[in-house]
Amino acid sequence: MSDVKERPASRRGLAWYELKQDIEDFLYQEADLLDQRRFKEWLDLLAEDLVYFMPIRRNVKFGQHAEKENTRQGEGISWFDEDKWTLGKRVDQILTGVHYAEEPLSRVTHMVSNVRLLDVSPSAEDPEQVTVGCRFLVYQNRVEYENYTFIGRRTDTLRRNGSSWLIARRELILEQNVLLAKNLSIFF
Amino acid sequence: MSLLPQATIDAARIASDIDPDRGLVSREIFVSPEYHRAELETVFTRAWLFVGHESQVPNPGDFFVSRMGDGSVILCRDSRGDVHVFLNSCRHRGMKVCRYEQGNTSLFICPYHSWSYTTDGKLQGVPLYRVLYEGQLDREDWSLIEVPKLAVYKGTVWASWDPEAPEFHTYMGDAIAHLDQVLDCRDGRPGGSEVIGVHKWVFPSNWKFAAENFLGDSYHNPSHRSVDMVGMSPSAKPGQRRDNEYAKAKRIWVGFPQGHGMTAGIAPSDNVYEPTYAQHPEIDEYFRHCFNERKRRLGEKARLLPLVGNFFPNTSFHGRQPRSLCVWHPHSPTETEGWRFFLVDADAPAAVKDVLRRYYMRYSGPAGMTEQDDMENWLYATAASKGTVARRYPLNYQMSMDAPNATDLGPGQVATQMTDQTPRNFYRAYARYLRGDAWASLLGHDQHTAREAAE
Repeated sequence: MSDVKERPASRRGLAWYELKQDIEDFLYQEADLLDQRRFKEWLDLLAEDLVYFMPIRRNVKFGQHAEKENTRQGEGISWFDEDKWTLGKRVDQILTGVHYAEEPLSRVTHMVSNVRLLDVSPSAEDPEQVTVGCRFLVYQNRVEYENYTFIGRRTDTLRRNGSSWLIARRELILEQNVLLAKNLSIFF
Repeated sequence: MSLLPQATIDAARIASDIDPDRGLVSREIFVSPEYHRAELETVFTRAWLFVGHESQVPNPGDFFVSRMGDGSVILCRDSRGDVHVFLNSCRHRGMKVCRYEQGNTSLFICPYHSWSYTTDGKLQGVPLYRVLYEGQLDREDWSLIEVPKLAVYKGTVWASWDPEAPEFHTYMGDAIAHLDQVLDCRDGRPGGSEVIGVHKWVFPSNWKFAAENFLGDSYHNPSHRSVDMVGMSPSAKPGQRRDNEYAKAKRIWVGFPQGHGMTAGIAPSDNVYEPTYAQHPEIDEYFRHCFNERKRRLGEKARLLPLVGNFFPNTSFHGRQPRSLCVWHPHSPTETEGWRFFLVDADAPAAVKDVLRRYYMRYSGPAGMTEQDDMENWLYATAASKGTVARRYPLNYQMSMDAPNATDLGPGQVATQMTDQTPRNFYRAYARYLRGDAWASLLGHDQHTAREAAE
């Protein structure tokens, strides 16, 4: 999924660039909801059949990366392999005010960059579903001295929802092996 | 060159810092570099440590890189099918001979100068041997450093660096019945588990806070209030982070002289299945079947229901929901690397495994809704114990000091109310290791420790 090939540039017209701008705006607004801790509103951007997946990365021999580097969605143990129900539970947990891993709340900034439209269907003129790749840099500062930086690649599948979009699938490739953070108590 | 540990903190200081008889333990043991160094020397080079699971190395040549204390080790099945544990460091100049996490190989070839080792640890290849080493270097003397004691128990692999260590069964003592609860099939057949994944993460806390958490510290439940309020058990009822399989059981807190401790349930003889997994009726039906089979197979022994515990020093477990073994590797006095091995019955239906793994992920580890709050506690308990003044004040382990133990609810010291007896017991064992005691004392067999145990 993370290695979906981009469509060739020759097929890009004005509609394609308009769509790209629209998608970028959506991703930035989504990130802003999280950074502003508007978690319930963020949940509204998730499709009911959402797949939210962050594999564990493994150190494997050259030539085995495609097959073995990342844990797989739907199998075994990953950092996240979830649906909207669990993400809703995670939001509810933060909103109890006694989820001590996020109480007091962390300060978080989501940076989104390298946005690329990887697949548009049926067309850029009439897009119903878009696969978009980006890089994320998430900075978390917690209580007094805790600092965590999460950097990686993200592939989202967005589904047209009136004048906006719903996130139907999010795959997060975090560039770490042993997790260098005590918790993953924030959303990506 | 002796492998025997040298006690690095004098006995008087140990006795004054660790005083379980009064329920007092100095914060020094959680923050000071001296204790960190001493426990690596005296605890982690002698105690039996969990290394991995046979399901991770099913075939000849399979390896899984693990840790013991502060050292990287290779769990490997050799070409004949025997299991070994080696220090992951070349005998020549120390380079890690394996930096892959898992795989299959016929040789471990050191990237530095290309010395190579067979899967049973023997030094095989030494480049330009005839020209440079002939008559000087006997390959037989330069095998990978192998643990002198290794045990495979119901699929789990354990090792000790002490050639004098007692056998694994002796080390575990009667606590083995609790390990069985983790490793046996849910329907009561012995063994049969497999590892479906491993979490690895580092957090700024002393490892003993993590171990203590599992030693039967049911008192910390309020810190999980948020997850109980939202409910994320397989039945997902509000008020639950786990399904309540212990509704009719008597809760017990059990300590063993070797330092092991846990909390469990003793169900009544006429115990019937408590509906669980209510979100997934077919899974509930499977576990109902397992429950009844287990009862039929084990009879009275089926009354013991596992919850959580810790095998001395650093192997913690969840016995049922979410079923796992978790190892706390010390990096420094104030930093720990956690490795959690998630277990299922190898022959469970795919649908059961899928529901379990999803529950494991939302419950456990750094992304787990329950354990995130544990990590927060351990971090700030460590951080707030570093201060010069804070270190002058001991931590309190006086809960249920005078409560009587039950004599009819199985082996070990069995408390029937929440208690710090299990951590007191853990720190008695810990102090004996720091003193460099003989194994009879470490196992709680000699008179001095028997007197201590009669608390």
